[in-house]
Amino acid sequence: MSEYLVQFNNISKFFGKVIALKDVTMKLKKGEIMCLLGDNGAGKSTLIKTLAGVHKPDEGEIIFEDQKIVFDSPRDALDIGIGTVYQDLALVSLMSVTRNFFMGREPQKGLPFFKTFDIEKANTIAAERMGQIGIDVRDPSQAVGTMSGGERQCLAISRAIYFGAKVLVLDEPTSALGVHQASMVLKYIVKAASQGLAVILITHNVHHAYPVGNSFTVLNRGKSMGTFQKKDISREKLLSMMAGGEELDKLEVELKEMDRIENN
Amino acid sequence: MSVKSESIQSKKDSGQDERLKKISPLRVLLNRPELGALGGSILVFIFFGIVAGDTGMFSAYGTLNFLDVSANLGIIAIAAAMLMIGGEFDLSIGSMIGFAGICIAIPAIYWGWPLWTSIIFAFAMAVLIGYFNGIMVVKTGLPSFIVTLAMLFILRGATLAITRLITGRTQVPGLRVLIEDDPIAWLFATDTFQWLFTWLGSMKLIALRTDGTPLATGIPPSVIWFIALTLFATWILMKTRYGNWIFASGGDKVGATNVGVPVGRVKISLFIGTAVASTIFACIQVLDAGSADTMRGTLKELEAIAAAVVGGCLLTGGYGSAIGAALGAIIFGTVSMGIFYTDVDTDWFKVFLGAMMLIAVVFNNYIRKKVTETK
Repeated sequence: MSEYLVQFNNISKFFGKVIALKDVTMKLKKGEIMCLLGDNGAGKSTLIKTLAGVHKPDEGEIIFEDQKIVFDSPRDALDIGIGTVYQDLALVSLMSVTRNFFMGREPQKGLPFFKTFDIEKANTIAAERMGQIGIDVRDPSQAVGTMSGGERQCLAISRAIYFGAKVLVLDEPTSALGVHQASMVLKYIVKAASQGLAVILITHNVHHAYPVGNSFTVLNRGKSMGTFQKKDISREKLLSMMAGGEELDKLEVELKEMDRIENN
Repeated sequence: MSVKSESIQSKKDSGQDERLKKISPLRVLLNRPELGALGGSILVFIFFGIVAGDTGMFSAYGTLNFLDVSANLGIIAIAAAMLMIGGEFDLSIGSMIGFAGICIAIPAIYWGWPLWTSIIFAFAMAVLIGYFNGIMVVKTGLPSFIVTLAMLFILRGATLAITRLITGRTQVPGLRVLIEDDPIAWLFATDTFQWLFTWLGSMKLIALRTDGTPLATGIPPSVIWFIALTLFATWILMKTRYGNWIFASGGDKVGATNVGVPVGRVKISLFIGTAVASTIFACIQVLDAGSADTMRGTLKELEAIAAAVVGGCLLTGGYGSAIGAALGAIIFGTVSMGIFYTDVDTDWFKVFLGAMMLIAVVFNNYIRKKVTETK
């Protein structure tokens, strides 16, 4: 058994002539949080969809628990334990916490043809799971629409874990959240990792990624700029590697220039 | 429960979320989609109780009369409500009723089929048409409003054209004699609990005809179907996995698909549901009248949608209830019959229908905001 839970080796993905991803390699241990950083258009979305089984990689291999894996559908990825939480969270705001938590995988009881949705059991589990994160669902039959953005994010993550995710792929979990909400979600992600899950955290916000990440993979224009352990890289260095740094430097120069012209 | 109270406590201690408060039972009730319809039907009964209490509206005969009208509308309103919760509309309900009517009448009268085979034939056609509606909406991604509007014209036109082609007329009479001894027709044509009404009549508790038989002979089949379908639909929506999938498909199609809900299959089955409900409606009416009419069911789709909306269904899908739609149908049925017992000109019924619907939509909109409001 290798030390890695999951390895993505030299993944490439082409759409016609466009090279969306080229030779991206990522390796994750249990309990590790790897942050995947990149600006818009860096290929993050394509990579997530490849991990989630939506796209098949054109080159490269995915190795999960020492076995080479080929995903034919998102269902396959879910079945072996790669749980992806997309930005839209796949939550229905008019439906209750419980009904959302078990959406598509409702526990059933009763005789064949008369099977009913075991709502009591579902309520208990949902309340218990949300309680573990410290979210008080006053009533598991309350609508998800009444929850805050951070709570919804936690619900979606909690659901992925409950349904057997060993690797959690989180797409921009903090992008739409305020500082307080974002820290609540990040705290939960760290807690999930400490229980032995491998987490791939996709973000363009270095300030959210740096405190929680163990390692950082920077994606730029479809290529990996390398994976760095936390001790080997500073926040500033990461920021500038995301191409954001250079751009911002340039912006600063340009603004100064404009200032100078206006003052003259 | 202990987990819950502990966490409330801990939050209060840390002063983190003092805005949390206990929800009142009123608020719980407000969260039910059928609240508006329940209030509405109570008001309607109080109103007619006062205005028409002594006119015979609430005699056994009068009650069965307005229940029959409510029940007929309810049968299609419940199916329409389930489809609306699933996020789609079916405007072809009314045309389907007309089409199903001639699917029963023409084979039975002109081709010599036994009545029961033509009834089964009508249901088979309903499944096919519902399936076609569903597959068109799911595969093309076009709004169901457009697809089923097209079906409204196609079916009504086909009904008229086929009937005239085969019979040379627009009505097909002569079914009544075929009902007797038919193995299936009794399901749609028998008054139940006749012994009860006979007994009540013999006790002089209900009004009698001059020959001594009771004026109200039994519970009409529509009412039995209506009650059964309300219970069945409520069971599906609240108690089964498929019910959860209906809410999910209507609430957020993409999200539901991402977590593995077969949204396409759910929607197709709901379209089949509305077509089948229209056919049940057609069976009851055609066998009751003894004839099929090409114009039968005209505008019923809008009444069904109106009843579903008054019953708390959101036009955007993902929210509503079968009991609400049933109550919506009862409101409309009661008012449309009750108005005869008052001094009000019956022409005003449609005004009432429209106003009721407008109030319901405004109310539902407010409720949805309440339900989904963020802390």
